Amino acid sequence: MSNNNDGRRRGDEDEEDEEEEGGEVAMEAWERAYADERSWESLQEDESGLLRPIDNKAIHHAHYRRRLLLHQSASSLRIQKGLIRYLYIVIDLSRAAAETDFRPSRMAVVAKCVEAFIKEFFDQNPLSHVGIVIIKDGIAQRLTDLGGSPELQIKALMGKLECSGDSSLQNALDLVHGFLNQSPSYGHREVLILYSALSTCDPGDIMETIEKCKKSKIRCSVVGLSAEIYICKHLCEETGGEYSVALDESHFKELLLEHAPPPPALAEYAIANLIKMGFPQRGAEGVISLCSCHKEAKFGGGYTCPRCKARVCELPTECRICGLTLVSSPHLARSYHHLFPIMPFDEMQHALPGNLSQKQPQTCFGCRQSLSHGSTSGLYVSCPNCSQYFCLDCDIYIHESLHNCPGCESLRNTKAVDAMKT
Amino acid sequence: MASKLYTDDVSLVVVLLDVNPFFWGGALKKTTTTTTNSPSVLSFSNFLNHVLPFLNSILLLNQLNQVVVIASGANTCGYIYDSSETNTSEAGVGGSGRMPDLCERVLGSLEEFVVNDQRTGWGADPTAANAASGMLSGSLSLALCYIQRVVRGGLLHPQPRILCVQGSPDGPEQYVAVMNSIFSAQRSMVPIDSCVIGVQHSAFLQQASYITGGVYLKPQQLDGLFQYLSMVFATDLHSRNFIQLPKPVGVDFRASCFCHKKTIDMGYVCSVCLSIFCKQHKKCSTCGSEFNHPHLEPISTSEQK
Ligand SMILES: [Zn+2]
Ligand SMILES: [Zn+2]
Ligand SMILES: [Zn+2]
Ligand SMILES: [Zn+2]
Ligand SMILES: [Zn+2]
Ligand SMILES: [Zn+2]
Repeated sequence: MSNNNDGRRRGDEDEEDEEEEGGEVAMEAWERAYADERSWESLQEDESGLLRPIDNKAIHHAHYRRRLLLHQSASSLRIQKGLIRYLYIVIDLSRAAAETDFRPSRMAVVAKCVEAFIKEFFDQNPLSHVGIVIIKDGIAQRLTDLGGSPELQIKALMGKLECSGDSSLQNALDLVHGFLNQSPSYGHREVLILYSALSTCDPGDIMETIEKCKKSKIRCSVVGLSAEIYICKHLCEETGGEYSVALDESHFKELLLEHAPPPPALAEYAIANLIKMGFPQRGAEGVISLCSCHKEAKFGGGYTCPRCKARVCELPTECRICGLTLVSSPHLARSYHHLFPIMPFDEMQHALPGNLSQKQPQTCFGCRQSLSHGSTSGLYVSCPNCSQYFCLDCDIYIHESLHNCPGCESLRNTKAVDAMKT
Repeated sequence: MASKLYTDDVSLVVVLLDVNPFFWGGALKKTTTTTTNSPSVLSFSNFLNHVLPFLNSILLLNQLNQVVVIASGANTCGYIYDSSETNTSEAGVGGSGRMPDLCERVLGSLEEFVVNDQRTGWGADPTAANAASGMLSGSLSLALCYIQRVVRGGLLHPQPRILCVQGSPDGPEQYVAVMNSIFSAQRSMVPIDSCVIGVQHSAFLQQASYITGGVYLKPQQLDGLFQYLSMVFATDLHSRNFIQLPKPVGVDFRASCFCHKKTIDMGYVCSVCLSIFCKQHKKCSTCGSEFNHPHLEPISTSEQK
């Protein structure tokens, strides 16, 4: 009897056992049985006093339901806004960046975190552009143009890691203001300043510059590496940005990455616009062609502008010949599941094995798993639209990763759905 | 010992078969009218003659290999074969080799499927334009659910992949659903292989294979279909590292507009929600944003003041 039970448990938790065997070889087998498996914790008493394994699946599913319903109520009102961002990262490379309170130095930590940030930023904002500005010797200098290629930005920064002189907030803001003012009005203009110094050495009245940024709707945020500075705080408050000061390396990275997802956009900051875009075809491998961006012959790959048929090497970009904005359509499509979320499925309960009504579904429509064996609680779900039944595992997978109802997608049209029901 | 058996060359292949009567009916018409035995047209029974031995050859390559077949018809799509079910329920009954067993089971459930498929479409308009397109979103979603179940089963599972054998044209109305499935496959690292047997290339499948790292192939000679299938798609994922696979022919990244479900290579994108439209609108039908300043090439339409 106990043997039988044991075997079943092992079957259920095969995956976990595997991981443990890999990780902790040093422990004796008998120790492991107590320390890791904690077999008593996965048992519970049922109504008749017999020991049964706890139904982890049902608990797991309950957690997921709560998450789903919360998310549903929160996101139904606001569609993800402001996905097109024009962001300048301003890096303070004044004397203060050489300090070593961050290991190995503030500058090295900033460079490493900016690299991670840029990658994360492009993941979350596929159509956005980033440029880098550095402050050094009291002067601001543009390192890279606003662009869509993370590799180029990171490479440019790594080549310029030296620091000296004073820092000047006003010079940096003036420079960035000049560039961002030319960016299209449908995008969000943002500046993210990574500030090491405790002072700013400005040629004029910085308040005027702040006012100018505010007028141009440039959202300025600052992540400080030393202590809180009044002027930074004032700048962020005025322009609707965020001000934070890092305590240590990991805190700095955390604060920086908080700027990767789109900011909760205020309606007045973004003007909705229709942008004409082209979806270029990718060329066949092994074909030689001339690209319009580097003006050289390239082997394979590349994309063709649908309007003028010029060849470009990378997306997103603007066609050098006809000026059309060229994007990769899958990049746009990645966010579409936010626009068309699938409804939460209705929870159902299997009747007790005793009273067998003929209307009980046998298998999950998605994965064909038997619904009665999937979970000891007899729970399963049903799509309110197509009325197909799904197991709890599929329910989670469908809502969290697939974003399609396999039942709804398996019927040609609503007429067919009606025909199925009757 | 069990872990030794499940090496990296054990495969789970989920095959999506196009059995859409609109496609095969059209193909049949072509064979009878052209009279010459044109190599680019294949009848449905011939098609099965190529595919069934291929499915069987996958099972023969490794005793642990698993094959699941999902059919996609005119109105529905659904499972028609699962080799793991054969093994458990009918072990020892049809002991004389697997080939007749596989054929019998696939053909049996295929017939059942086609009858059901037809009955489901009874109420629907038979002349509906989109009935001729494939049901890629549905069959991909089913395949991915099945694969998730196998992957959940523990660390020891066969390497999953999807093979899509499609002849029908893409259904632009499925664009969002198909892309969702592709991204989910990509996240779970399930490659989608495509074998296109129709006249035209499939933009959906080109993108699916490109994004998930699968193989896209449009055979030149359909009368050699078995050879294409067995040479390219029977190989397990590990062995693919060592063989020369067909070079990608390029990828058609055209999208579908949200307003008419038309396939377009140029269009207007809402800057707020990224919806795609084939022409200018005053208001975004997806997120409700109003467009005040038409950007880039304002075309003077009657809608504008
Ligand atoms: Zn180039
Ligand atoms: Zn062009
Ligand atoms: Zn399921
Ligand atoms: Zn449904
Ligand atoms: Zn349209
Ligand atoms: Zn919109």
